[in-house]
Amino acid sequence: MSKSLYAKRKSGRAFDEVRPLRAEVGVVPSADGSAIFESGTTHAIAVVRGPRTLHPQHMQNPRAGILRVSYGMMPFSVEDRIRPGPSRRSEEISKVTEWALSCVVDLSEFPNTVVDVFIQIPQADAGTRVAGINAAAMALAHAGIPMKEMVSAIGVGKLDKTLVVDLDKHEDSEYKDGEGSTDIPMAFTSRSGRICLLQLDGKISIDEFKEVVKMGREACKKVLEVQSSALKGIGSKEKKRGKK
Amino acid sequence: MKMDKEESRQMVVPGETVVSGSGYLPGEGTYRDGEDVVAERYGISNIFEKHVRVVPVSGAYYPRRGNTIIGTIIDITFNGWLIDFGGAQNAFLPVAEVPRYINRNELREYLDFGEAVVVKVWDVKSRGTDVSMKMRGFGKIEGGQIINVGPNKVPRIIGKEGSMVKLIRGATGCDITVGQNGKVWIYGKDIEGEITTRKIIEFIVENATIYGLTEKVEEYIKELGLEVKSGGYGGMDDVEVIDQNTDGEDDE
Amino acid sequence: MGESIMPNLQRERIVEYLNSGKRIDGRALDEFREIVIERGISKNAESSVSVKIGKTEVFAGVKMAVMEPYPDSKNEGTFMTTVELHPMASNSFDSGKPGIDAVELARVVDRGIRESGFIDLKKLCIKEGEKVWQVFLDIVAINDDGNLMDACGLAALVVLGDAKLPVYDEEEKKVKYELSKTAVPLNKEALSFNITFHKIGESIIIDASSEEEAISDYRLSVAVGEGNGKARITSLQKGKAGAISDDDMERILKLVEDNFSSMLPKIRKYVFG
Repeated sequence: MSKSLYAKRKSGRAFDEVRPLRAEVGVVPSADGSAIFESGTTHAIAVVRGPRTLHPQHMQNPRAGILRVSYGMMPFSVEDRIRPGPSRRSEEISKVTEWALSCVVDLSEFPNTVVDVFIQIPQADAGTRVAGINAAAMALAHAGIPMKEMVSAIGVGKLDKTLVVDLDKHEDSEYKDGEGSTDIPMAFTSRSGRICLLQLDGKISIDEFKEVVKMGREACKKVLEVQSSALKGIGSKEKKRGKK
Repeated sequence: MKMDKEESRQMVVPGETVVSGSGYLPGEGTYRDGEDVVAERYGISNIFEKHVRVVPVSGAYYPRRGNTIIGTIIDITFNGWLIDFGGAQNAFLPVAEVPRYINRNELREYLDFGEAVVVKVWDVKSRGTDVSMKMRGFGKIEGGQIINVGPNKVPRIIGKEGSMVKLIRGATGCDITVGQNGKVWIYGKDIEGEITTRKIIEFIVENATIYGLTEKVEEYIKELGLEVKSGGYGGMDDVEVIDQNTDGEDDE
Repeated sequence: MGESIMPNLQRERIVEYLNSGKRIDGRALDEFREIVIERGISKNAESSVSVKIGKTEVFAGVKMAVMEPYPDSKNEGTFMTTVELHPMASNSFDSGKPGIDAVELARVVDRGIRESGFIDLKKLCIKEGEKVWQVFLDIVAINDDGNLMDACGLAALVVLGDAKLPVYDEEEKKVKYELSKTAVPLNKEALSFNITFHKIGESIIIDASSEEEAISDYRLSVAVGEGNGKARITSLQKGKAGAISDDDMERILKLVEDNFSSMLPKIRKYVFG
């Protein structure tokens, strides 16, 4: 088998190394739950409002509350400004995020209500949907929503033949050598380790994919640690946002 | 280290094992997964005589039977009043659950739109919560102001056996009624007293998770130029609104 | 969280306090809450900022592009403001197309900056009739605890004050993803900032919290800057259904004059450092 063209990561990180992670809860005071999750220079804010009454009435579910996710990127979050408003990409990401979180959330105690999850990206450097899921899982917990487990997400990729964890923008959009770049966002439930988000954009062999899942699972352990610490209020107080 | 009756508390996240062993009973906020009793909510675990619970530290208010809540009349039906208390659904106060007999035409006269009340939660159903105002210490509230502190700060504001509320009352002479739904009604003898009471309550909310909160509050009260007294004074409405189910919390 | 209906007693108490010259949170009638500014919240923007007034918070960013000028202003750049009252910020904001509140806010912030001449649109011209810079100012509400108007106004000024032009490659006729050392051209003396007044009962207050906003009769937003050594108004917007009496108008104008001289140096410091 020939050697991979991507022998060393542009950022200098090891292949299985995630970017510096940082998280905090309670960033939006008027919300029921809120959190930020940062992976390197990709930042995501998630806000939860609910359970609250769902209008219009015909959308209500008498057996359980419904989870509704809305993902969006702020116009100045990327180099090419994004026009405000939904796009097909943001609608797709909203839906797969909703599915990922629904795996663990239990709204049977709140019939006829909705739990709204808003995810916004103020600064993007690839991996925005997984940062969003990580923030959203924390915000849901922070809001006191019953959840059987936490959810942690990471993007794993293949650059030519090299498998790496937590792609940055260069690896995700710019790398074109050899077999190019394949991006695989995934999310795992914290206790049972089931996959609740899985997408692939590129090409990969079956053996490589099995390896990718292993790498993703390992990386998500680190993500879970950061999420749990933030919820427990450990270590994040020193780096609170805001200076005069 | 405490053994036997009560074991130490820890902060847990969903999916985290609280304790292992088939002898433990998974109570509120937990579920069983094999040998483990697992947290189903973010909160503080509490193990009492093998019974395991997780008490939420944040999030919306879920009414429980016996809770005292403070709300506002938002609608009047032919047989009662609808009360908004910050929950996803409104509470219903039936005309039979007020202290005196009211006939159908007098409902609005007795409790009008926009009036605030302290009521007790009687029954929680999927369609809503039923409340009552019959007991002493419950009823319409007039004057003063309402502060939203959030349901999870309530135990800190009440304090163990009401100690924090007494501390505030002793320092400012203000009447205070705490609703489990996170609304606190205060009524001061004068504006300065009421502003100070509000500042103290906001201080508690900001510092709710700090160890040694009582001392910090006492220091703050002194900084404000007030006295720290034990045993509060209150007016006629000074009723211990300590809920049997969730007593106040002392420092960790 | 518990942002429910306001009971009558609350409304009455707020008015009682105001009649004694105090706000329900202990502030004076013309006192702003604490302002906290954090710069650089997006490295991909030409500049970006978070502005907090009390617990109210907004994010703002400047992005730029190159376009052909409009036929009636061949040697001028363009400038556009958007405000998103995102539902994450308040239980009362809806998803979907911007509602009238967001549209009004954006237009008021835009006018205050445009009419004051703060941005030197002529200096944004690259080649007359062919290429000019287009400035996009995007503001997103993060948390609403009242006075989003002034938070957005301040965020707009700070973020423009920080913004640098991207590098424009003449040969490739493209904007590059790097910043030049050239600041976005501003007429610094034209700086004009926003103060929003609310009338409650007989009192007029500055920097209303969300409780106070909910019960006010009307609001009046005034953008004020320096002109010939005196306060000069560059934008006005009255909102809500109440009506302003002559007496009120005099009082507000006096408040503008009184607060202008103490606030201008503070605002200048936030914007220009």
